[in-house]
Amino acid sequence: MDDLLLVVWTLIKVLMVTVPLILTVAFFTLAERRVIGAMQSRVGPNFIGGPMGLAQPFADVFKMLFKELVLPTNANRFLYFLAPVLTLAPAFAAWAVVPFDDGELIGALSNIDAGLLYLLAMTSMGVYGVLLAGWASNSKYAFLGAMRSAAQIVSYEIAMGFALVGVLVGTGSLNLTKVVLAQGGNAGFFEWFWLPLLPLCVIYFISGVAETNRAPFDVAEGESEIVAGFHVEYSGAAFALFFLAEYANMILIALLTVLMFFGGWLSPFQGWVGGVIGEPGAHWLLIKTVFFMFCFLWFRATFPRYRYDQIMRLGWKVFIPITMVWIVVAALLFHFGLATRGA
Amino acid sequence: MLGEYLSIVIFLGVASVIGCVLLTLGTVLGPKKPDAEKLSPYECGFEAFEDARMKFDVRYYLVAILFILFDLEIAFLFPWATVLDSLSTAGLVSFIGFIGLLEIVFLYVWKKGALEWE
Repeated sequence: MDDLLLVVWTLIKVLMVTVPLILTVAFFTLAERRVIGAMQSRVGPNFIGGPMGLAQPFADVFKMLFKELVLPTNANRFLYFLAPVLTLAPAFAAWAVVPFDDGELIGALSNIDAGLLYLLAMTSMGVYGVLLAGWASNSKYAFLGAMRSAAQIVSYEIAMGFALVGVLVGTGSLNLTKVVLAQGGNAGFFEWFWLPLLPLCVIYFISGVAETNRAPFDVAEGESEIVAGFHVEYSGAAFALFFLAEYANMILIALLTVLMFFGGWLSPFQGWVGGVIGEPGAHWLLIKTVFFMFCFLWFRATFPRYRYDQIMRLGWKVFIPITMVWIVVAALLFHFGLATRGA
Repeated sequence: MLGEYLSIVIFLGVASVIGCVLLTLGTVLGPKKPDAEKLSPYECGFEAFEDARMKFDVRYYLVAILFILFDLEIAFLFPWATVLDSLSTAGLVSFIGFIGLLEIVFLYVWKKGALEWE
């Protein structure tokens, strides 16, 4: 009986993370269109659901659901439908270890010691969905797009992995709650890891943009050459799943950047001012994450798309050497006490 | 402790169920009016003239191999970075040696032209 209760309670907690996540994704798509619209002096969707267009994402969901699911000739049925699920499941499951505060109010769903390792595993899973989708569709565009995306994702994953090692050097723990707590201190935001690990921080976020196949690294969706890339043959609900996974991953990358380099739920003014402003809390995490989510949209509206060989050059010849050197620098900094960690 | 991992398993389950439910809903709610044109793979308006499972550039294979190598190095660095505190300077020095070796390998790969895309 106790076991059953535990499972039900865990299920409720999982849904308490999943449902807000799906809603965030929904309104993030709206925000993207509104923000980029504003940046390009357009209005964006403003008709459905009042002047803000707030009902637009729901209209989109229903439209997607009522569209035909087309299975192309010679496509592998099982793999074709497995791919979107395989893309979505890790993008969502990664949220299981994300801590929202130090555990006094919300904490993490599962506060495991191997948190960072689990995240690395989950974010790496996404590439299987991409490859399977491209292969199973039996379309040349999808196939070429999948090859490109997969090569791009694995290339940037190395830089991301090295950046994670840098964070580990700073914290000495794979537990995400401890990663954030290690950035506490009385010097406000100067205690956070962005300062000693600045190159890693920049590289982590940019690699995250490349990892999620977002502009300016969205060659997979280079409309002018290979149309929509690996998911060109997907329609309706199956396409919606890829869309959902992509946005969930964007939010995840923004959140992880905040947790690992920008002090998570810690206040930027900790130790300087008292009261509500100096206190840590989930609201700080929210504010910082929203800023990095905004950066994704900002990049898309600002930068022209990179050429594929430029993307590979940036990943292999710039990011990987810099990260490899900087973990040594970080190790020296922390070993000789030039950079310190909090409680 | 088991409870912590249980929630991960349940989360994975819920995520997969969401995916499957959406796909099923799409199948049930969407129309089904297939025709040969609609089902043929997209190819800029003309008929597909060969199978898409074709030969591809060997460089993708090279990228995959290099990825495995370097990802493995990262896996080696994880335990080291976790216990850096309790290691003396000797631990740090051997790490720098390890990274130095990795840099030499990396330079070799670079000079061999494995990182070139033209």
